[in-house]
Amino acid sequence: MAHHRNRRSAQMSRESADALARGLGWFSIALGAVEVFGGKSVARWLGMEQNEKLLRAYGVREIMTGVGILASRDPTPWIWGRVAGDALDLATLGKGLADPNAERDRVVMATGAVAGVTVLDIICANALTGQPPQPRQLRWDYSDRSGLPKPAAQMRGAASDFQAPRDMRIPDALRPYTQPQGNEFPRPSM
Amino acid sequence: MKALRWHGKGDIRCETVPDPEIEHPRDAIIKVTSCAICGSDLHLYNHFMPGMKKGDIVGHEFMGEVVEVGQDARGALKVGDRVVVPFTIICGECDQCKRGNFSVCERTNRNAELAATAFGHTTAGLFGYTHLTGGYPGGQAEYVRVPYADKTHIKIPDGLTDEQVLFLGDIFPTGWQAAVQCDIEPTDTVAIWGAGPVGQMAIRSALLLGAKQVIAIDRLPERLSMAKAGGAITINFEEESVIERLNELTNGKGPEKCIDSVGLESHVSMSHPDTLLDRAKQTVMLESDRPHVLREMMYVCRPAGVLSVPGVYGGLVDKIPFGAVMNKGLTIRTGQTHVNRWTDDLLRRIQEGQIDPSFVITHTVGLEQGPEMYETFRDKKDGCIKVVLKP
Repeated sequence: MAHHRNRRSAQMSRESADALARGLGWFSIALGAVEVFGGKSVARWLGMEQNEKLLRAYGVREIMTGVGILASRDPTPWIWGRVAGDALDLATLGKGLADPNAERDRVVMATGAVAGVTVLDIICANALTGQPPQPRQLRWDYSDRSGLPKPAAQMRGAASDFQAPRDMRIPDALRPYTQPQGNEFPRPSM
Repeated sequence: MKALRWHGKGDIRCETVPDPEIEHPRDAIIKVTSCAICGSDLHLYNHFMPGMKKGDIVGHEFMGEVVEVGQDARGALKVGDRVVVPFTIICGECDQCKRGNFSVCERTNRNAELAATAFGHTTAGLFGYTHLTGGYPGGQAEYVRVPYADKTHIKIPDGLTDEQVLFLGDIFPTGWQAAVQCDIEPTDTVAIWGAGPVGQMAIRSALLLGAKQVIAIDRLPERLSMAKAGGAITINFEEESVIERLNELTNGKGPEKCIDSVGLESHVSMSHPDTLLDRAKQTVMLESDRPHVLREMMYVCRPAGVLSVPGVYGGLVDKIPFGAVMNKGLTIRTGQTHVNRWTDDLLRRIQEGQIDPSFVITHTVGLEQGPEMYETFRDKKDGCIKVVLKP
C-alpha cells in the first residue's frame, strides 16, 4: 500500500503531462517537416538512400500525430500513437544497422536520439493514461451574481408583457405549431 | 482634462487633452461620472478595426451630468440633468431614425462617404469608435461633447445609481435587442455564444422574455458561473463538443435561436482548426474577422431557426457555410443596437427591480488605471468581466 502511494506521488501531474504532450506535439510537427521536405538529405546522411520515400512517409505520420496531439482535448491516444511510431522508427534504424552501411555511426547516433524520445513518449503516455483531463479551476465564483430579484427559474417570462416590434417578429410560417398563430399561413391538414 | 487615448495596437494612454467645447447648437457637454470598457473597445485595442488615428479618445459607454447645453438642445436638456449617453449618435429626424433604426441614422456620421465606401451606405456616428463612424471623441474622459444631444441621451431619474443605469448606453440594450431579434417563444431553446458582458445581458434578456431553455457557451469558469446564476445551462467548449452537447440538450434537433455575442475575435484554439486558419489569414490580411461562431451557429441551428448577431464584425469573413443557411431556411438578424428604441422600456424594468445590470461589474477603478484595465480585460485576468472607470 505504502509502495503504491509512493509510486502515485512520484507520477507526473496531469498538468505537467499535458505540457510535455504539447512539447512533443510541436516536436513531432518539426521533425515531420524535416523528414518530408529534407527526406533526401536525411536519408543520405544516414547512408539509407533506399529509404527516402519511407522517411517522407514517416514525416507525414509525424505531422499528423503532432497536429492530433495539439488539436485534441485529450492527447493520450495520440501520444501512444507516437510510441508506436517510435517502434517503427527504431525498427527501420535497426535494419540500417544490420545492413552494410558506411554511415553506421550516424545511424547509431540517430537510434540513440529516437530511443531517448521514446522514453519521453512512454513517460508522457503513462502519466496521461488513467488521469482524465481536469476541468479548469474556478478561481472567481460569480454564482451569486444573477442581477435578478428572485431565483432565475422564477423570473422566466417576467418580461412577457414586451411585444416584439413587427420588423423583428418571426413569420407565422416559421413559428412552432404549439404556439398560437395568425391566419395568413394556411395550416396543412394533418 | 484627462482622457484615454489610442496610440496603436495595445497602446492606450491616459493623457491631458483640451476640454471639449460646444461646436454646434445641438451639442451638449457632459461631465462624465462613470464610463466602462466595452468588449468592442478591445477590437480597437487589438487593432482589428480600421480607421483609428493616433490620439483618438476612446470609449462609448458613459454617463454623467450635463454642464453646458447648445442653444438648439435647450428644450430637451438643461444643465444639471443626469444622462446616460447611447453609443449611437442619432438625429431623430432622418428616415431611418423615424423607423426606429437608430444605429443606421443617415445624418450623424460626419465621415459618411468613408463609411459608404466600406459598407455601401453610411451608418450612424458612434462615440470613440474609428473614423469610419465619424471619429467622434469618446467617453473615457472627464468631459465629452455630445453631438445631436437633444436626441442622443437617456434622462435618468433620481434614486438610481450610476452602476444600475450605466449599461443602458450599450451592453444592456445590445443583449436585449439580441434576444428580441430572436422573437422568443416559450418553447424555444436559445443558445448564446460568449458569456462576456453582452452575452450575460442576452442570457437574462432571453430568460425574461420567456425562453424555455437558455444555453451559454464559453471557456472561462468565472463567466460560466455568472451565466449559470442568470439561469443558463453552460457549455465549456474546451471540455466538451458544442455541437454534440447542443443537440443532446435539444433532443437532436438543435436550438431554435442562436446568438453570437463573440464577434470578430473568436478564441483561437488547436481544438478548432478553423480558428487557426482564420488567425493566419488575419495576420497576412487575407481575412479581417474570425467567424468561427457564425460557422458553428449556422451548422447547429434548427431548420427554420433564427441567428441573431450582436457581436461586432468589421469586414470580410471566409468559409461561411451559407449552404446550411439557405437549405435550412435560417433567418439572420444583426446590426448595431438601436439603443433609444429600447431604453424607455429597459429603464422601467430597472426601476421596477426586474433586473439590476450592475451584477456584471467586476472591477471599478479610476480613469488613470484605464490603460492597465484594458490589458486585464483583454487577457481575462483577475476574473475580469466588466470594468467601470470613474473619471
